[in-house]
Amino acid sequence: MKNLRNLTILLLLLPALSFSSGDSGHITSIDIDISDRSALQKGAKYYTNYCMSCHALSFSSYKKIQKDLRLTETQVLANLVMSYGDEKKLSDYMTTSLSAKQGKDLFGKVPPDLSTISRAKPEGVNWLYSYLTSFYVDANRPYGMNNLVFKDVGMPHVMLELQGYQIVDKTKDVNGQQVVISIKADPTRKGRLSTAEYKQAVKELVTFLAYVGEPTKESRHKLGVWVLLFLFIFTILAYMLKKEYWRDIH
Amino acid sequence: MSSKLVGLKNWIDDRFPMTKMWNEHLAEYYAPKNFNFLYFFGSLALVILIMQIVTGIFLTMYYNPTAEGAFRSVEFIMREVPFGDVIRNMHAVGASFFFIIVYLHMFRGMIYGSYKKPRELIWIFGMFIYLALMAEAFMGYLLPWGQMSYWGAKVIINLFGAIPGIGTEIAEWIRGDFVVSGVTLNRFFALHVIALPIVLLMLVVAHILALHEVGSNNPDGVEIKKKKDENGKPLDGIPFHPYYTVKDIFGIGVFMIIFMFVVFYWPEGGGYFMEANNFIPANPLLTPEHIAPLWYFTPPYAILRAVPNQGLGVFLMFASILIFFFLPWLDRSPVKSIRYRGPLFKGAMLIFVISFFVLGYLGILAPTEGRTWAARIFGSLYFLFFLLMPFYTSIDKTKPVPERVTQ
Repeated sequence: MKNLRNLTILLLLLPALSFSSGDSGHITSIDIDISDRSALQKGAKYYTNYCMSCHALSFSSYKKIQKDLRLTETQVLANLVMSYGDEKKLSDYMTTSLSAKQGKDLFGKVPPDLSTISRAKPEGVNWLYSYLTSFYVDANRPYGMNNLVFKDVGMPHVMLELQGYQIVDKTKDVNGQQVVISIKADPTRKGRLSTAEYKQAVKELVTFLAYVGEPTKESRHKLGVWVLLFLFIFTILAYMLKKEYWRDIH
Repeated sequence: MSSKLVGLKNWIDDRFPMTKMWNEHLAEYYAPKNFNFLYFFGSLALVILIMQIVTGIFLTMYYNPTAEGAFRSVEFIMREVPFGDVIRNMHAVGASFFFIIVYLHMFRGMIYGSYKKPRELIWIFGMFIYLALMAEAFMGYLLPWGQMSYWGAKVIINLFGAIPGIGTEIAEWIRGDFVVSGVTLNRFFALHVIALPIVLLMLVVAHILALHEVGSNNPDGVEIKKKKDENGKPLDGIPFHPYYTVKDIFGIGVFMIIFMFVVFYWPEGGGYFMEANNFIPANPLLTPEHIAPLWYFTPPYAILRAVPNQGLGVFLMFASILIFFFLPWLDRSPVKSIRYRGPLFKGAMLIFVISFFVLGYLGILAPTEGRTWAARIFGSLYFLFFLLMPFYTSIDKTKPVPERVTQ
């Protein structure tokens, strides 16, 4: 029994092992609603305007976006379809005209397809939101920008004109490493949107990406109610049947 | 009408042992009447096996087993195929639930001594099912061709490279290539959808036939066949059908509520059923920061990582799984069920269960020095449960086992 006590103590100490390195300190949690059509529509517009010249959504067609976001065909063709001279149809997948080689030459890395990006981080959309709100001025980077969540990222701050510049305060930690302690807007170089408006815009963009990551989620959630309702009734009936049969055993 | 049906039944029975089999395995198979909650997991394992096969058939209709097309075809299933997301989630989540059920089923066998004479073969067939299931899950996990699929497979296959002398050749033979590639994906697909399911089904038949030959154990570890009535029916037995069929249908209902809730609303299972990294297409040039197998492999994986010498680590990892085969002979206790065993077995069992969970948890996390030492301590306890079993079970104080089952 003494062993057991020692064991219990060890077990109680175990969670301590999980506190260790990991740089999730800059992740902000947000609430999104993938059934909010208005947010999805605005998000889609931000995506096609600011992201899609490099990042494809090649698992999704324009047609699917049009149907799921309840847009008209004209709206999609006028606002979302990216065409550079070549004719694009609604049934086309949402590809980009940037070639892999161009991407590599420009950014050091091919910009990834973002069809599943909202599911590809353990922190999910919180990561995306934090990433897109955490660009700051860093003269050492090729495009003059660095990111708190994704250090030394190759991507430039494409929504700079909306957000404006952000600057950070740094300090040295115990190991002598530079660490960021605060990030704030540079009042002399503002963007077109206020801080609150920009956050809202990113939230809408992220909501759209969450939808693109799993476009069937909303309909599945609705179907699940009926499946579970059926199973509850089935299980209650099965229990009554069991009770009836087992009456003669007990 | 009914006389025609009886005629048909007789016609078949003259040519095929339909009624005979029905009686032997269901209507006149006498099971102990004192089964508890833990006895649901055998039939649930069968249910989920069938579910995996059925959902798997539908997935293969759209899945494309090539390095170029695999990831995209899975996303196509998730996005475009009607109910494809439900079927895919059922299959992916089903793999994790299969292991939850199988682990509970094994735990049941361990605490009630169901592996002990005369049920050694049931246990051994069961262990082969467990091994086949691990192979099935491992190969299935490569198929979505995400980052974790790729790098997980790479790490596990490289373990075979640690076998002295012929390791490199064996690893190449498994991969069919010098690295994990489309060739590997193709053969894993073949094994996952044809070879291993056939092996699994045959082993399940053997497992059930062996069980029905000797009869089920029960929470008291009493042999119900020892006390029979004047008709030769066990006094504590009841026909499997209808009593346990209706009970198991209720159990399936409860299980399906939990399972379907996860499938519809929580398929990632907090990253334990579907890992975030697997939503990034496999990239042989980009090593993920932290490669961990899915949760059901993490106890042996933690043991592997705890050993500094790779060859020894691989040996101990396989040993930690294969040692279960020897349970029927390691256990020297005169009683089966934990209800009538002494404090030594109860304590050892508790330490073992704790070690299993701790190792599983450690296997998920990235290694640090402290964690590696914890894995060494709990890995040792894990093995001592088996290695010391002949001693502590033979000196343990047992309680007298009743003649009949208790209610």
